[in-house]
Amino acid sequence: METGVSIQHFMVLSTLMFFIGVYGFLTRKNLITILLSVELILNSVNINFVAFNKFLYPENLGGHFFAMFVIAVAATEVSVAIAIIISLYRKLKMIDVENVNEMKY
Amino acid sequence: MSETVFYILSGFILVFSILTVTSRKILRTAVYLLFVLLGTCGIYFAMDFNFLAAVQLTVYAGGIVVIIIFSIMLTSDLQDKLEAVQFRKIFFSLLAVLIGAAVCITTILNHSFPQITDKVLDSSMRTIGLRLLSYNEGGFVLPFEIISILLLAAIIGSIIIAKKADSN
Repeated sequence: METGVSIQHFMVLSTLMFFIGVYGFLTRKNLITILLSVELILNSVNINFVAFNKFLYPENLGGHFFAMFVIAVAATEVSVAIAIIISLYRKLKMIDVENVNEMKY
Repeated sequence: MSETVFYILSGFILVFSILTVTSRKILRTAVYLLFVLLGTCGIYFAMDFNFLAAVQLTVYAGGIVVIIIFSIMLTSDLQDKLEAVQFRKIFFSLLAVLIGAAVCITTILNHSFPQITDKVLDSSMRTIGLRLLSYNEGGFVLPFEIISILLLAAIIGSIIIAKKADSN
């Protein structure tokens, strides 16, 4: 194995990506850009799972399957969130979180 | 994977992640997210997880980003910029993020992970298929079935939410 890259490299990369996503989640106002930040967070967690699988538990594929299931859950989450965003846009004609504070019809 | 490949890919990912959360043109943020996902896919390829990299390309880059771009086009005017964030908000968010990242990175760098060299990773398509449908030790058939039900529920739910409310 000619790998010069250790598990710490991947974990630092995914930590930085995670906190960039958190920064976007805290500062953005538009609902779609908040959704994009959540996608960044989920993606960084996937890198972590895969790195753990590769470096610490190479005998079974647990982290690989977890990353696959996270991708599937992210897909469902995006589809439901976008359905909600589109129906909000129909009612209010804008999708900023500051103004979307009414849940009743 | 060699260090040069890792550093190129991670630099690519980090630059486009920062652009994703700071760009003020909304369509560009989606395109930058697409580049982040492609970089992640490259990392999976370099770690020998070929199937996961293919899933990442098809589901994330091919499916999710396209849905997001469609919804951006449906709900936003592509010409105008997002409003600038207040300085106070940037300052406190940056403070929280930097403290969190510093705590996590010091923990990671001070922890000694065990070195495992006697076992090799087997991520061939045959092993993945057998593991995914096995109900013995290390098999994943139950979450696989639950994910299929979850996908069905999400399809029905998003159709019901997004359809016009007054069309009986």
